Amino acid sequence: MDALADFLRVYQTTVGVIGINALLALSVWLTLYAGQLTLGNAAFMAIGAYGSALLGMRMGVPFPLGLTLGALLAAALALPLGLAVFRLRGVYLAIATIGFGEVLRVVLLTVPFTGKALGLNGIPAITELWHIYLSLAVVAYVLWRVQGSTVGRAWAAIREDEIAAASQGIAIRRYKLAAFVAGAAIAAWAGGLSAHLNFSIEPGDFGFTRAVQILVFAVVGGTPSVAGPIVGATLLTALPEVLRPLKEYRDIFAGLILMGVIIYLPRGLVTLAELRKTRRLQEIGVADVA
Amino acid sequence: MAEQLYNAIFVGSIYALFAVGFALVFSVLDILNLAHPVVFMLGAFVALFFMSTFGLPAALAAVAAFAVTGMFGIFLDRVAFAPLRRRGAPPLSAMISSLGFAIVVIRLMELRYGPDLVSYPAGSLPQTVLQIGDARLDGLRLLIIGLAIVLMVGLTYVVRATQLGRDIRALAENPRAARLLGVDVDRAIAATFFISSGLGGVAGALLGFAYNAIYPQMGTPYELKAFTVMVVGGMGSLPGAVLGAYILGIGEIAALVFLPAELAELRDALAFGLLFLVLVIRPRGLLGHRVADRA
Repeated sequence: MDALADFLRVYQTTVGVIGINALLALSVWLTLYAGQLTLGNAAFMAIGAYGSALLGMRMGVPFPLGLTLGALLAAALALPLGLAVFRLRGVYLAIATIGFGEVLRVVLLTVPFTGKALGLNGIPAITELWHIYLSLAVVAYVLWRVQGSTVGRAWAAIREDEIAAASQGIAIRRYKLAAFVAGAAIAAWAGGLSAHLNFSIEPGDFGFTRAVQILVFAVVGGTPSVAGPIVGATLLTALPEVLRPLKEYRDIFAGLILMGVIIYLPRGLVTLAELRKTRRLQEIGVADVA
Repeated sequence: MAEQLYNAIFVGSIYALFAVGFALVFSVLDILNLAHPVVFMLGAFVALFFMSTFGLPAALAAVAAFAVTGMFGIFLDRVAFAPLRRRGAPPLSAMISSLGFAIVVIRLMELRYGPDLVSYPAGSLPQTVLQIGDARLDGLRLLIIGLAIVLMVGLTYVVRATQLGRDIRALAENPRAARLLGVDVDRAIAATFFISSGLGGVAGALLGFAYNAIYPQMGTPYELKAFTVMVVGGMGSLPGAVLGAYILGIGEIAALVFLPAELAELRDALAFGLLFLVLVIRPRGLLGHRVADRA
């Protein structure tokens, strides 16, 4: 138990960031599972982070209420946005959501209320590790249950073939919007937690790079199950720490590992265990197992 | 005013050269190549290498940048995209693979040249100023605008009127059918990457010449701009990408001229707001003809 306590003391920030990244990865997994490739979750994260931090610092709103309001605000913005981009799919949706994120980032850079380029400093560090991991456990459990429910099957059907799903009587628009809005709320919740884990936030934290990073966590981890995004976020967040001895070659290895995973483990890290089975099936001639 | 318009056309020309290469790969292979900004940056550094090591004049160094980055594009395809294509992986995988590739190359260049601004050798760039009426125009930029237009006309000719262009268009339409019809698909893919990356590399070299300051991350801002350009013009449409590039270039300079100084930051929001509006109102863009809901 002492060893664990020591480990947590030394790596407290990393452990916290891992949990937050896992939440973010789950937020984008939810939309991917419903067949929507969105890069807007960094923007919703920013809304949660700025929303909860401003509410707490300027108006003295208690932390849990601030987090909730931040998530609700993100959901309230995601609803009209989701309606507007409802028809878009694939990279078109991705680019539209990037556009939304960039507009938000530039607005945060320009408006004095959000501190312009300097962002917000002196945010009280009140996020505890158990806040993060309790949130992660709740979100992961709910998503896992939803995945197996009628709703989850409807999402999967929409992802595989939208027209076929519609012809089965699935209310496409409603289900897609639900995934989009719920993903936004989860990302905003994670954003609020991360703002109060660090001392400061700035618009640059929530740009294109962050949006892609969140997506990479989910895809590298694997999208077939809820475990994938959590595994992906954990390993990729811990990777820089693990690769620290490589010093300046660290990013190079991180990039190579990213390529290696996407090329050799197409369905993500969580399918590693199934790989030998897959090979065996291919050898005996069962095509198209993946 | 004339100077501002001149700069707008210059910026638009660089956007256009960057975006046509990006759009070419997207239209033929449905790949969003996130390593394109890296090729752009490499073009600027290849030109620097030839100028400082071999004393090549800037014009020849730009040609060298085209050739070297073109070959690099083929290498990029072999390493990052070919293994995925063989397996029929979704476009999202290709996007992430090219992202990993980009990280590696940018970091390697930072180790070699440092993360800071690098200049071209003193006296290696022509410095002429054109005096037209009241306006003082940088002569080098006029050359760059002219060269960009020549390259885009050349690209149009290759794609529209040559056998290679027909092969590439057949590939874009349907790879399987193209192969059945006897098109050498692998050669067409290699040519696509050569042209796309060569144009990206030249764009980087020309931008480097104009600003005389290059750095390993210099391509990154152009990536997001290229998204806007492609969406406004119509995804996968080459003339659309050119049109979108000049609209964006002129729009940005106009925002700079007409917006009050304290709102100057907002001009980037204008670009992305434009992108968002076009996608919502007219997803196929100005000149696009494909339906937008292709996955």
